[in-house]
Amino acid sequence: MELPKTSEKICGMGHSMKRKEDGRFLHGQGHYVDDVKLPGMLSMAIVRSPFAHAKIKGINTDAAMQVPGVLAVITGATLEQYNLHWMPTLMSDTQMVLPTDRVMYQSQEVAAVIATDRYAAADGVAAVEVDYELLEPVIDPFKALDPDAPVLRTDKEGQTDNHIWHWEVGDRAATDEIFSDAAVTVKEDIYLPRIHVASIETCGCVADFDPVEGKLTVHMTTQAPHAVRTVIALVAGHVGLSEEKIRVISPDIGGGFGGKVPVYPGYVIAIAASVVIGKPVKWIEDRSENLQADSFARDYHMTCELAADADGTLRALRIKTLADHGYTDAAANPSKYPAGMFSICTGSYNLDAAFAEVDAVYTNKPPGGIAYRCSFRVTEAVHAIERMMDVLAQKIGMDPAELRFKNFIQPDQFPFHSVTGWEYDSGDYPRALRKAMDLIGYEDLRREQAEKRAKGELMGIGICSFTEVVGAGPSREFDILGIKMFDSCELRIHPTGKAIARFGTKSQGQGHETTYAQIIAQELGIPALNVQVEEGDTDTAPYGLGTYASRSTPTAGAAAAKASRKIRDKAKKIAAYLLEVSEEDLEWEPGQFSVKGAPDKVSTIQDIAFAAYTNHPPGMEAGLEAVHYYDPPNLTFPFGSYICVVDIDRGTGQVNVRRFVSVDDCGNIINPMIVQGQIHGGLTQGLAPALYESLTYDESGNILNGTFMDYLLPTAVETPAWETAHTVTPCPHHPLGAKGVGESATVGAPPAIANAVVDALSPLGVTHMDIPLTPPKIWEVLNNSGVTA
Amino acid sequence: MKSKEITVTVNGDTYTQDVPSRLLLVHWIRENLALTGTHIGCDTSNCGACTVLLDGKSVKSCTVLAVQANGKSVTTIEGMATGGEMHPLQQGFHEEHGLQCGFCTPGMIMRAAELLADNPDPSEDEIRWGISGNLCRCTGYVNIVKAIRFAAKKMREQPEAVEATA
Repeated sequence: MELPKTSEKICGMGHSMKRKEDGRFLHGQGHYVDDVKLPGMLSMAIVRSPFAHAKIKGINTDAAMQVPGVLAVITGATLEQYNLHWMPTLMSDTQMVLPTDRVMYQSQEVAAVIATDRYAAADGVAAVEVDYELLEPVIDPFKALDPDAPVLRTDKEGQTDNHIWHWEVGDRAATDEIFSDAAVTVKEDIYLPRIHVASIETCGCVADFDPVEGKLTVHMTTQAPHAVRTVIALVAGHVGLSEEKIRVISPDIGGGFGGKVPVYPGYVIAIAASVVIGKPVKWIEDRSENLQADSFARDYHMTCELAADADGTLRALRIKTLADHGYTDAAANPSKYPAGMFSICTGSYNLDAAFAEVDAVYTNKPPGGIAYRCSFRVTEAVHAIERMMDVLAQKIGMDPAELRFKNFIQPDQFPFHSVTGWEYDSGDYPRALRKAMDLIGYEDLRREQAEKRAKGELMGIGICSFTEVVGAGPSREFDILGIKMFDSCELRIHPTGKAIARFGTKSQGQGHETTYAQIIAQELGIPALNVQVEEGDTDTAPYGLGTYASRSTPTAGAAAAKASRKIRDKAKKIAAYLLEVSEEDLEWEPGQFSVKGAPDKVSTIQDIAFAAYTNHPPGMEAGLEAVHYYDPPNLTFPFGSYICVVDIDRGTGQVNVRRFVSVDDCGNIINPMIVQGQIHGGLTQGLAPALYESLTYDESGNILNGTFMDYLLPTAVETPAWETAHTVTPCPHHPLGAKGVGESATVGAPPAIANAVVDALSPLGVTHMDIPLTPPKIWEVLNNSGVTA
Repeated sequence: MKSKEITVTVNGDTYTQDVPSRLLLVHWIRENLALTGTHIGCDTSNCGACTVLLDGKSVKSCTVLAVQANGKSVTTIEGMATGGEMHPLQQGFHEEHGLQCGFCTPGMIMRAAELLADNPDPSEDEIRWGISGNLCRCTGYVNIVKAIRFAAKKMREQPEAVEATA
């Protein structure tokens, strides 16, 4: 779809407008949760379990209560009096706020100390004595299903083992039949390890209960403030909290990436403490707590198979997955989708049949998982198919690009109905891959690789041609705890033609204050600089489900367009009145209506706005505002092709990413500069698990890398100079033709890098390796193959 | 609780206060002085979000005690703009889209300030090594490097426009 181009002054879609929100961050005036300071505010710190599985024999708070500044110690027994010791998870499982019986993972919350300042609270934590009796932990998710494995969730009625649920999609019989006589089949076990979003700001809140008003205000690092408000009302309604007297404020958030979607026990304890004490209570977790206790991402053990004809034509895909959810299913998925959108695993390809099944298990690890900078489980699905494409290419001796071109869904097949039930909106996969190949000089690289291979050098080229499914989602299919996944925009034009727009989403760095303003500028011709954008305060913002899973542009962005168009409809009536013509005589360009055939007879949006308050047509309501709750008709399908070149050091196993080209297609682009920034960030958060990050536990459930000393985030040194490009294939069902892009790169980068490393090592017989592809892992392969420096 | 009286100049203003000996500089800045632009992102001195200048040298203020700043001068992000005009580093981060969530930004800018004071024309490699003690999760560093180069160029061309930051 073609959107009219707007001037620099109006700055609608397509302009690389510099960000309106930068000012406060650059001057150190950002307002994050830990910056909130209220009169009488107390500090909360949490006592955590050193053990992965243990009975609590007793908690002695005497010494802690003697520490100067300590006012209270809250335990499970305290919360049990208010029936707040357990809470529901987003997947309708249950989670402990504070335990009354046993702990289920190392670093689990055991008690909370309330004190006058954070140092006293920390002293108090050190003085709390907990008597534990160790229980046998269940750490290996495969062993969790052994008949003699300890049953972890004895608190759940009817739970006789550690199996949580079974989910499947596709046609098992048709798939099995194809596999039984396929010319070529390949099979690999692919593990995507637990990782952590590790946003630079950790999680926290200030819970502020006003006992006189009976009103609770919570300043919280949350990506979904309205959902949190409703959950508090439902969970704590019995202690007197009523939804109209609950206000959740998401201030500036220092990175979310999905990690700030769950309602963590710390929030609930702080709220309970504030309600009981009647003073504000601040809880900010430190980094160790964040890494060791907050929700993880991934942890999918996938056995993947592809069946093909001898010439490489794909026939079927079969995946069996074991999902390690920790001690409770606290995943942040739409309720009917326990395995998220894993069924996108057929990827960018035409297949005759597919069957995927996922079984989730309980283990003594932190609960989750969240969708880390991806639409729910899309990273796992894309990793599976894109890794297997290369496995297949290697088996039949075909170039991986050629194999992909051979099997892509073609541009004329859209809207495309996949065998797992998705209707892909639009795409041009061959164009994106061809563009990536041209940009990186693919044919030259293959020639170079052949020369290097002859000399024993380890150079690899990896491709990933992914399709995501984002923008949850249509109300007929998607809800979180029953709340439908629409989103909203409330837009009001002031008499002087400026505007304020409030949304149900919540930016954590994605630039909504700029991009949403650009959408409204595009639709109404009001300069983007004159559109004030607000999010995050549930007292004023219209209801929405928040920002994660790349849903903001597909839902709230669409709502902004729709609200703008409602305003334009009213504006047209006002313009007709002012110009004394009928509506049919008017034509629109961003910023004004003019009379057909008399282009100097103009009514600008500013004229119209003023008239809406001072000279509106008789019988018409004054004012110029609209609200729209957008229920998307479908999800959107951003896609792209990434190509990665690596060189591996023969002596150390170290991987150097020499080049990385990304070609992304997110439909119509709102702000190219911001889109590129999202790609850079996403690629880096894809590089991280590919080469560096994985949360590792020993057999007793002790975390081995629970601080930044050992959980390694890429710095500017490890991160390549990313090369980015795009194609534009508009979304046919979105009012602006836009799809969302925030997470494409986190999804697409790991398979591209993994494919490159395996390609480099393929002469040694390697067909698959799990990420992270660390030097010791690669060195082991080199050593076993007799390769030396 | 042991305490000590300290006198510290912060962004040009001098403060004399009694502080606990164990109080971290970052907490003193954020809570006693209400300068919340300096952030806390970890507990092992890895992330650099807390970076400030101490007598002109970039330090991680989470790993400095307030008492260690006694008699010294501290510059934080709030002290970078002069007379309402953004410092070239602040301008560079804006022009080159070097920030997204903004949480690592003050620390990045303060680190870059010393980097450029030591090396007014750094190469891309030198910048990347120079900021390797500052983690960012949002930007992927590409635009941060561009922002610092923008500032370096501006500062070389207009040295008189930048006041001393130490």
